[in-house]
This record gives sequence, structure tokens and C-alpha cells, in this order.
Amino acid sequence: MKITRKDVEQVAALAHLELTGEERERMQRQLDAILTYMDKLNELDTTNVAPMAQVLARTESGPEAAWREDATRSGLSRTDALANAPDGQEPFFKVPKVIER
Amino acid sequence: MDWTTLSIAGLREQLRGGAVSARQVAEEQLARIEERDNRIRAYLAVSPKRALAQADTIDRRVQAKQPLPPLAGVPMAVKDVIVTRGVAGTAGSRILENYRPPYDATAVARLEQAGAVILGKTNCDEFAMGSSTENSAYFPTRNPHDPERVPGGSSGGSAAAVADGLAVASLGSDTGGSIRQPASFCGVVGLMGSYGRVSRYGLIAFASSLDHIGPFARTVRDAAAVLQVIAGRDPLDSTSADVPVPDYLAELDRPVEGLRVGVPQEYFGAGLDSEVRAQVEKGIERFRELGCEVREVSLPHTDYAIACYYLIATAEASSNLARYDGVRYAFRAPETTALEEMYRRTRRAGFGAEVKRRIMLGTYALSAGYYEAYYLKAQKVRTLIYQDFVRAFQDVDAIVSPTSPTPAFKLGEKTEDPLQMYLADIYTVTGSLAGVPGISVPCGKTRAGLPVGLQLFARHFDEARLLQLAHAFEEAAGFTL
Repeated sequence: MKITRKDVEQVAALAHLELTGEERERMQRQLDAILTYMDKLNELDTTNVAPMAQVLARTESGPEAAWREDATRSGLSRTDALANAPDGQEPFFKVPKVIER
Repeated sequence: MDWTTLSIAGLREQLRGGAVSARQVAEEQLARIEERDNRIRAYLAVSPKRALAQADTIDRRVQAKQPLPPLAGVPMAVKDVIVTRGVAGTAGSRILENYRPPYDATAVARLEQAGAVILGKTNCDEFAMGSSTENSAYFPTRNPHDPERVPGGSSGGSAAAVADGLAVASLGSDTGGSIRQPASFCGVVGLMGSYGRVSRYGLIAFASSLDHIGPFARTVRDAAAVLQVIAGRDPLDSTSADVPVPDYLAELDRPVEGLRVGVPQEYFGAGLDSEVRAQVEKGIERFRELGCEVREVSLPHTDYAIACYYLIATAEASSNLARYDGVRYAFRAPETTALEEMYRRTRRAGFGAEVKRRIMLGTYALSAGYYEAYYLKAQKVRTLIYQDFVRAFQDVDAIVSPTSPTPAFKLGEKTEDPLQMYLADIYTVTGSLAGVPGISVPCGKTRAGLPVGLQLFARHFDEARLLQLAHAFEEAAGFTL
């Protein structure tokens, strides 16, 4: 196994996902199969190959980067921004307790 | 009105001539959805009020004898990962079930400025993650050609709607094939522009270095007309390219004689369905008949594209989907007492199995100790795949292949084995990684009557050439729904 049960638990914690025992087991099995397939990439020697984060900067016609004036613009109103909040109490997003004491 | 063959150009003529009003068209189209969509379930939400208000605006222009904008009165559907102000924007996920976006995506705003009538939002795989629309948290969409089969994905609803006459054209999103593959399965045209061609402001993010918005239509001409409207720089999307947008419709009818079309041998190997191969080979013959020079080309790193794509896409997804934390919008798990617990329980209840799998995979690929072996390695292989395309385009003007190795598969056929589902994206992910424009056009049917799609790629920002070849092919082949 490339990926252990502990790996699954650790990654789930990093991703803020809660998995049931059965889900953990299935996840371990499926991730293992997928990652074993991904090992295919190691057949390629990439010693002198630069990584590509995105394609635009490399195309001749694409912009190197998009810059704009650092000017203020109006954004969403506070009411609009809070309209979809599960617990919006103007002017705040309310959340459960952050620190246990 | 013949809803399965109506085109943008045809509709324009009828409106201008006063044969129909935009309201009549919209009402008839909405009635057809009401009557038929329970069979294939392409739509998640219909917004008749917004549609009819827009139709009335068009009718006033007709009555005042004002010039009509290019998409005047065209009934269109929008994939539910693209936001429309005040109308449900679920991305096919429970976590966004009650989300009402406070703004319009740039692509949607441009469509409406151009006169299009937005009918509603279409079903898709949750957060565009899937190849069959079975990962929608709400219900699967079915293929209009055979309801036992999937419409493809992730933009299955947008493809099926156009195929079944439930919209004249639609918008989808394509990250690794999510426009082209469902277009192929449903027998319609699906177009992904170059990376950066169309603004993604208002597209719910999946994998930001790969996400595109693009059209579905029944003809290449209609797809070109929609691209014309949505293409071009948008200050609200820093990745939208500052590259001039040519007049695609004017370029469409230029002769294709003498253009060089490349056939990559790597796309015709093991795993390709024999009937799909036969149809696509016949399709390639059409290009010869049209006077194109057909050559063999090689894209030697094709075999590594799935591994490369699914590492990069999931890594980016794990980061993009971190925002669904139950704080600022949409779903929050009830009755939690601490913040961390709230995050975990919200994401557990809000995300489906495939989304969780991809978040896990991506988080793993980015985590300390594995970053170099997986994510960085994949980014380097992406460079090799990119270079394959650049090299091939020194010898040819376009690359032709099947869109998908098989016709539409049955519902449930691949849901148990995620890797098998991933492998079906083999011919589409390559172009996504390279950032080149791609299109799927209908290329005949199997003996069982299932559509086959032919895929074309062109150079970066050479959508004009792509459309020109696709249009010539479509005219020569004469396929219809």
C-alpha cells in the first residue's frame, strides 16, 4: 500500500474533511489505486524540465501578467455580501466558538 | 417551430421578418422544457421571469426597427457552475444548495447584452468534477439519444439541452473535457477556446489553470456566434488574455484547401472503440476530400496526460474548494459548538463522494513530503505535453482525433471505479493541459445510434482556424441530430 490509514486520516484533517470508518477504508483503497497509476510519471526524466503553473505566460500572444491601476472600486454592498451567510448578523459573519478555554 | 434544428441565424431571420416575436419563442421554448425535460432532466432551475423580461426587451427593439444584437432572442441555457444574479447557483452541489449569487458572470452578462434569453441553469457533475453528470448531488441527466446512457460530463445538462431542443445554445465549462466530451456523447458542437480566451469571472472555480467557459450549439456557425460575444479581455479576470478577437463568422467560410491537418497516432491505440475509430477515420477522409493535407504527427507524452491532469486538477481543486467552510455563504452544518468541528461537519455533509476524493487526492499531492514527487512532477510533465503541441503545430494547422474513446456509456457503468472514469478523458485532457483551443463536432453514429464526436485542436488563440475547419467538415459531412 502506498497510502496508509494514518495518511488518510492526516490528509482528511488537513482538508477539514470528516470521514466515517467505511469512507476511510474506501478512500484508502481508491487513492492507493489512483496514486499507483500516477507513478507512471516517474518513467519520465524531468531533470532539466521547468514546471508549468499555467500556460498563458508562455504563449506568444498571451500577456505576461495582467496589471491594473491600484485604484479603489466599489464592491458588493455589506447587505449583499451577508445575504448568503448561514449566520449573518450585520455587520458580521457569526461563527461558533474559535478558542476553547 | 422545429426546436431541434432551429439555429441562431434562422431565428434572427424570423424575428426580423416579424414571423415570430421573441416572447413567443421564449414561451414556446419554456413550454417545451416543461413538457419534455422530465425525460432527460437537463435543467436544475428555470428562470422564466428573467427570460421573458429579456424577450420583451428584444421585441421592443424589433418594433422600434432598431438594429438587433447578434444573439437577439436566442434561448440559451447556462451550466450551473456559472453564476447568474439571484438565480440558484449550486454547481451541482448540496453545499451551495441555497446560494443565490449576488452578481452575473461576465460571460452571462455579455450574452444578455447581445440579446440572448437565458432560460435557466443546467445540471452538471458536482463542481464540474466528473465525466457523466452522475456526480450531480441532485439527479443524473440522461442522454437524449438513449435515456439509459449518460450525456457525458461534466456539462451534461448543457449538452443534453441543446441536443433535445431545450435550448438553442448553451454555456458549459471545460477543465479536462467537460464541454467537448458531452458534446460528443450528445451529438452537438462543443467549443473550448484557448486558455484565457473567455473571461471566467463568475465561474465557480475547480482548477484555475485549466478552467474554461465555452459554448454548446447545434452548428459550428452558432458556436462561433456565441464565442464572438463572450471572447475577449475582461478586467474582472486577470487571466483573460489581452489578445484581439477576430471576426469568427467572417472567417468561417474561407476555403480550407491546403491547410495541414495532423493525425496523432497516439490517439488511435488501445482502448479506442472500433466503431468510434471507423467513424473518425471516415471523418479524416473528409478533410482529404476538402483538399486538406493530412499528415501523421506525434504527441509523444499523451500516455502521461491523465496522471498529469488528475494531479494538477485535484491539487488546484483542493485549494479552490477550501473556501466552502460554512462561514460566508451557503450551507453550514447545524448545531456545532466549535469552529473546527463546524468546518469538518459542513464539508462532510455538503460535499459528495467524488469531490471528497479529489480534495483528498489534491491535498495529498500538495502535502509536505509528497509535493515534489506528485504536484511538481506533474507540472514538469505538463511542460512536456505543452511542448508536444508546440512542436506538432510547426508542421500542421490543426490536430484531429476522436473526442472520446467510446460513445456514451450506461448510467452506473463506471461509477464504482473512479480511475476508469478518469481514463475516459484521455483525448481531451491533453489540449487542456497545453491550453490550446479545441472543438468537438458530430461525426456520425454507431450502429446503435449513438453519436460519435470528432475533436480538433488548433494553435493558441487560433480559434478562427479551428472553427473554419470544423465548419468545413460539418458542411461536407452533413450530419444532423
